[in-house]
Formats: sequence, structure tokens, C-alpha cells
Amino acid sequence: MTALGVVGGVLQAAVVVGGAPLLLGLMRQVRARLEGRAGPGIGQPWRDLRKLLRKQSITPRGTTEVFRVAPVLLVAMTLVVAVVAPLVTTASAVPAVADLFVVVALLAHATVVIALAGLDSGTAFGGMGASREVTVLALVEPTALVAIFALSVPAGSTSLPAIVGTVLDDPQRLISPTSLLAAVALATVIVAETGRLPVDNPSTHLELTMIHEAMVLEYAGPDLALVELGSAMRLSVYLGLFTSLFVPWGIATTATPLALGVGVAALVVKVGVAGAVLAALEVFLAKLRLFRVPELLAGSFLLALLAVTTAYVLG
Amino acid sequence: MTSNSAHTGPRRVVSTVAADALPDRAAALLAGGARLALVAGHDDRPSGGGLRTVHLFVEPGTDVRTELHVHLDPDAPSIPSLAALSFPAGRFERELRDLFGIEPVGHPLPRRLVRHFHWPRGWYPMLSDAGPAPAFGDPDGPYPFRPVDGPGVYEIPVGPVHAGMIEPGHFRFSVVGETILKLKARLWFVHRGLEKLVEGRSPAEALEIAQRVSGDTTVGHGVAFCQAVEDALGIDVDPQARRLRAVLLELERLYNHVNDLGALCNDVGHGILNAHAQRVRERLLRLNEQVTGHRLLRGAVVAGGAAVARLPDPTVLAEAAADVAEIADLALGHSVVHDRFAGTAILTRDQATELGTLGYVARASGLDVDARHDHPVLPGELPRAVHTRTEGDVLARFQVRREEIDVAVATIAALVEHIHGPAHRTDPRGRRGAERSGVGITEGWRGTIVHRVELGGDGAVRRLKIVDPSFFNWPALPVALADTIVPDFPLVNKSFNLSYAGNDL
Repeated sequence: MTALGVVGGVLQAAVVVGGAPLLLGLMRQVRARLEGRAGPGIGQPWRDLRKLLRKQSITPRGTTEVFRVAPVLLVAMTLVVAVVAPLVTTASAVPAVADLFVVVALLAHATVVIALAGLDSGTAFGGMGASREVTVLALVEPTALVAIFALSVPAGSTSLPAIVGTVLDDPQRLISPTSLLAAVALATVIVAETGRLPVDNPSTHLELTMIHEAMVLEYAGPDLALVELGSAMRLSVYLGLFTSLFVPWGIATTATPLALGVGVAALVVKVGVAGAVLAALEVFLAKLRLFRVPELLAGSFLLALLAVTTAYVLG
Repeated sequence: MTSNSAHTGPRRVVSTVAADALPDRAAALLAGGARLALVAGHDDRPSGGGLRTVHLFVEPGTDVRTELHVHLDPDAPSIPSLAALSFPAGRFERELRDLFGIEPVGHPLPRRLVRHFHWPRGWYPMLSDAGPAPAFGDPDGPYPFRPVDGPGVYEIPVGPVHAGMIEPGHFRFSVVGETILKLKARLWFVHRGLEKLVEGRSPAEALEIAQRVSGDTTVGHGVAFCQAVEDALGIDVDPQARRLRAVLLELERLYNHVNDLGALCNDVGHGILNAHAQRVRERLLRLNEQVTGHRLLRGAVVAGGAAVARLPDPTVLAEAAADVAEIADLALGHSVVHDRFAGTAILTRDQATELGTLGYVARASGLDVDARHDHPVLPGELPRAVHTRTEGDVLARFQVRREEIDVAVATIAALVEHIHGPAHRTDPRGRRGAERSGVGITEGWRGTIVHRVELGGDGAVRRLKIVDPSFFNWPALPVALADTIVPDFPLVNKSFNLSYAGNDL
């Protein structure tokens, strides 16, 4: 545990928690402007959270602790990833946790917790959403693991800071087939895991078409605020990991205030741009028929597999 | 078979038949190509009669309208069921049973239609001695959903309160995985008693209510009601006024079709096309306001004619149509949107015929039903749309409506040339004194709307029966949805876009 790691971890957590709703707001605003609407401004998700936090907490009759702790666990697990993953700095507060498999498992775990809460609510929508989410998850996690694994081959380590460090030392690796294939595969993973188009429609009001939203329909008040915050943080963490892996410049390698400041600024800019691009692309997309989603995800898994193969073949 | 046959008007034949002769007469009419357009119950006890049913059959093309009146014993009212002859008849009979207590004898599925669980037992609101609604309580027995059994089958209850701004309806899906085995739509959450409300009112007052049957079909129901009153009073409406009404009907069709094309894109997550469709819709609504002083065209149609502030500008409409054509091309050129629409929830031609569907739902399944041509008020003046896709899927319903937008704009442009001045009215008072009945049939944007009115000696409405096309089309939705997946339901529902309020009066 280094000083850089500790300071960086605290900074990362603060940036992700404070910035995640703003990122969501930015993405909604980009979409609104591109559709010719005025949009509510990028601060709207924070205003929504403030409103929800002031409300009374109610839980449906018949639900158990699973339903009540799920929002906390979702935020907590995402927060752990936000602390340890290489976002602002390559040094990790807890290097052992900054491992590829641990991070992917933590993120998947958060999804499972929410799916369990959806089942626990006992409603048809909760079960339906959980069933869909787990289907997507089962197809997405192998892709995520294999894609990042492809990137770990040159580094010779599954530690995420080590992977990022290797890329920083040798930026030419970024334009290798391995890196490009893995980037496309990971982008698909992010879209599917964070419930964006074309897999899920984050802005729909149609209960029957929802995936993520269907699971959390029963939440209200502060619990809903946590779920919304957790979902926004997941999006930020995924995009942060993506940019660190493929556009690592600016990430802090020393503990000087300047380096950390640059690291934070670089993270904010990179994730902001990535989010804006994602939102802009979404304008041109429509939601896939549910049964076509596995085809998309199988395609992304194939790309990830090719990435690993080329990583070994091309060295 | 027939007794007291009499002509009332050039095209309507009214016969009084004995109850047991009804099925044979109905079978002959249906075999002759007629369609059962309306079944109304009547309580004539205040004027010294008993209970009565009126079956209205209409023939497309010849536009002969045949009414079969059956007088019933008020103490034990029953009619032989026509459900075996016509599916819509079976639904009308269930409605009769719920509202009048008239028993359809031999009905294969005499379950409740309008009456929800909490309606008091034995209380029939349309009877003249029903009185004010009694307090809820003593509910009329259980009202279960038919369970679907099997490994892995589960139920999804949706509604009647939905997440979006939609009318109330409860949908019960029986599902395996994501595939719909059975869908039961339970509607009738918005029963306002409109038909009771208009009783005893003057036609002008009743028109205000008729325009509000379904908020998006102001002109359609207004025109149908006015036609019925004019038919009853023997008023011959000036062709200029008829053209003006046709223009208003097309304006209503336009803004609704544009709205729904955008909404269909939105339901597959392609929001930008919806944003643009809503922009076009807003332009059309503002045009409506310029034309009639009301964004939803309220108040322009009156008994005896129609009056607007100014005529619509065809160039504005042509621009809107060009925008919509671009939106529709972008939608269908998008491979994912096309994939979502094509082959989804097919309503076959046979199913559409059997169920008696109307409007664009029927036309998208290849049926040629259109009151503008089957029951013309402007013979030969209105162009008829030729539909390129009639497979009965969501894509076909999208295409049919898109094509109707172009036809509507062309129709308005052609008609406006022949309308001189913004107001055309005939004295709506007509002849008084006699008790008269009249039928109005018009093609609203959803399909054929039928109103049948009976006026008392004082000129007030004694009975008005309203039939919205949604009444015919709702049963088609679950049929089309068989083997469709649950997440496609909202899209399919929107492609039908049926009225809950028009269905439940």
C-alpha cells in the first residue's frame, strides 16, 4: 500500500461518486440536444437523487433483507472497484484487489445482488427483469474476462495497474490487433452491462420491455436513490476502466499534487468524452429484439476470443 | 318472417322481427355480405313499450342499412345469440347482458364484459328504472382469469395503472420464458355512462358529449353523431359542408397517424424519430387551432353542417407530409427498427375477417374496409389508398398509416379547392313532432364509427348508441400476440393503438 495508492484511491472514490450522476446528466443532455430537445441540464440526476433522498423509505410487503441490503451492496461493491481500479493513478490502495478477475467479479456481483433483490420483490416484473439481466450477465461476463485477459498477456500479469503500466511504457501496443479487438469486445460489454441501447433502453417507461429498470421498479425513496447512484457509478467505473486500458495518458504515476491533479482532470475529460460519444451513438441506435441480444453478445465474445488468440500468436 | 317492414329514408330498411326469427334473418344478411355494425338495447318502458334490441347490418358498396328490431318481454328479456354467426355479435350481446340484463340464449361464452367485479348484483345501469348507482358492495360474484397450466408457465399482470401516460387497462399475460401463450385484456375501467348521459338532452348538447367519447377522435364521433341526427331529422347536408367535414376528418387522421408513427419508433428505442414526429404533430395541432380554434378540432362540426375559422393551407400540410415521409424512410431504413417491425404480431386476413376488425388494422391485414368508400357521403370524390404491404404485422400497420398520411394530405388539397367559404350550415331543426331514428357512419382515423340515435317527439335524444372501431379491434390484439414475446407487446399495442375510452362508454 503506497501513499500514492491511498491518496489516489480516495480521490477516485470522490470523483466517481460525485461525477457519476453528472456523467449520466451529460449523456442525457447530449442525447436531448441531438434530438432537438432542450434537455434538463447535466445536474438533473443529482437533483433527482436529492429529491429521492428526502423521501420516505418504504419497502413492499413480503420482502426480506435481500431487498433492503441490495442497494447498499450495489454501491459498496462499485465503490470498492472505484477505489482500487487504475482510474486516477496506476498505484492501487489494495493491489491484490486490483486484479482483473476480482474487479470483474465485483462488478458482476453487484448485478447479481440487484437481480436477487428483483426476485425478492416477488412481483412478475422483478422476476422478469432478473431473468433477463442474468441472461445478459451470463453472456457478458466471459467476454469481459477474456477481453481483459487478452490485454494482460503482454503484461504477463492479471493486475490491472500492471496492464495499464505496460501500455504506458509501450503505447504502440494500443494499435495492435489484440488491443483493437479487445476494445470492441469491451465496449459491447459496457453497453450491455450498463443497460444502454441497443441492449436495454434506459429512458423507456414500458415496463414489459425493461431489463435493468424492471428489477428496481419496487424501490422508492432513499433506496431508489442508492440504486440510481450505484447504476450511475457502474457506468462511470466501466467507462473509466475502458479509458484507462485503451487511452491511459494522464494517469498519475507519482504522488505529486500536480500529477494527481492531472490524473483527475484526465479521467474526467476522458470519461466525459467517452460518455458523450456513447450517448451520441445511441441516438442512431434502436433497441434490439430481446432474442437478438444474445447474437450481439456472442459476436462480442468471439472478438474477445480472437483478441486472446492474436495476443499469443502475434506476441 | 318480417312484420311491419317500412322504409325510413332511401337506404335504411327497418324490420321488426320475432326473437326466434332473428338468427335466420341475421344469417341471411351476413351471407349477403352485410356486416353487423351495431347492436343496441332500448328500454321503451317510459313511452309505454317494453325492452327492445336493434341489430344494424350495413352492406358495403350498396350502402343498404338493415335494422332488425326485436321486442322483448321486460320481465324475462332474452334474445337468441348470434355469436355462432358473428364474433362481434357475441360481444355486443355480452354488453347487452351487462347493461340491460338481456340474456343471450345459447351464447357460447356468456361471461361479463363491461361489468367489473364490484358492480352491484342485478343492477343494470341502462334500464330506465336503474336510478343512481348504488354503493359498491354485494359484488356480482367472482370474475376470474382463466389460468394456463403447464411446466414453466407464469403470469404477468400489468396495469390498469401503467408507468406511462396511457389509458387504464389490465393485461394478464400467461408466459413461458418470454413467449406469450395467452393474453387476456381486461378493459372497461373508464365506464362513464355516456349513453345514459345523453338521454333527454338536445342534439346540440349531446354533440358536446359525443365529441368527448375518445379525446383523439373528436371529429370522427362528432361527424357520426351529426350524421345520425341529420338522418333522423331528414336534413340534407350541403355537399360543401360534407367536404368541410371530410377535411376535418383527414386533419384528425393526420395528427394521430403522425403521432403514432413517432411513438412506434420510440417504442423500439429510436427516440430521435419520435422527437421529429412530435415536432410535426405540434405543427399540425397548431394548424388545427388556426383552422378551428381548437387544437383537437373540437366544435367545428355541428348538426346540419360544419364551420371553421379558415381553411387549412395545403402547402403547410404538404411540408408536414414530406417530413413524415422522411421520418418513415429513416425508420424503415434502420435495420434494427425494420427487424423489430417486420413479422411481429401477425394478424392474418382470415383472423381479421372473422373478428370483424376495422380501420387500419383491417387494411393492414388485407381487408378493404373503409367507410369513406363503403358508406360514401362524397361518392367518387375521395381518393382511395392502395396499400403496398398487407401482411398484418407491425410493419404493415406502420406502412398503411404512413400511406394514409399521404392520401389524407392529397384529399385535403383536392377538397379545399371545392370549398367556398369557411362555414356551411343547414338549419338543423328539421321536422319536429315525430319520433325518429337515424344512423351515422363515418371513417374516423381508427376505423368505422357508427352512431345510432333515436329522437323523441320533443326533439331530445331518447337513446344514442355509439360504436367505436376499438370495440371491434380489441379482440384482435390478443390473437395477433400469440407466440409473440413479452418485450414486443408495447410495440404491438401501439401499432393497434386502440381506444380504451371509445371502447368503454
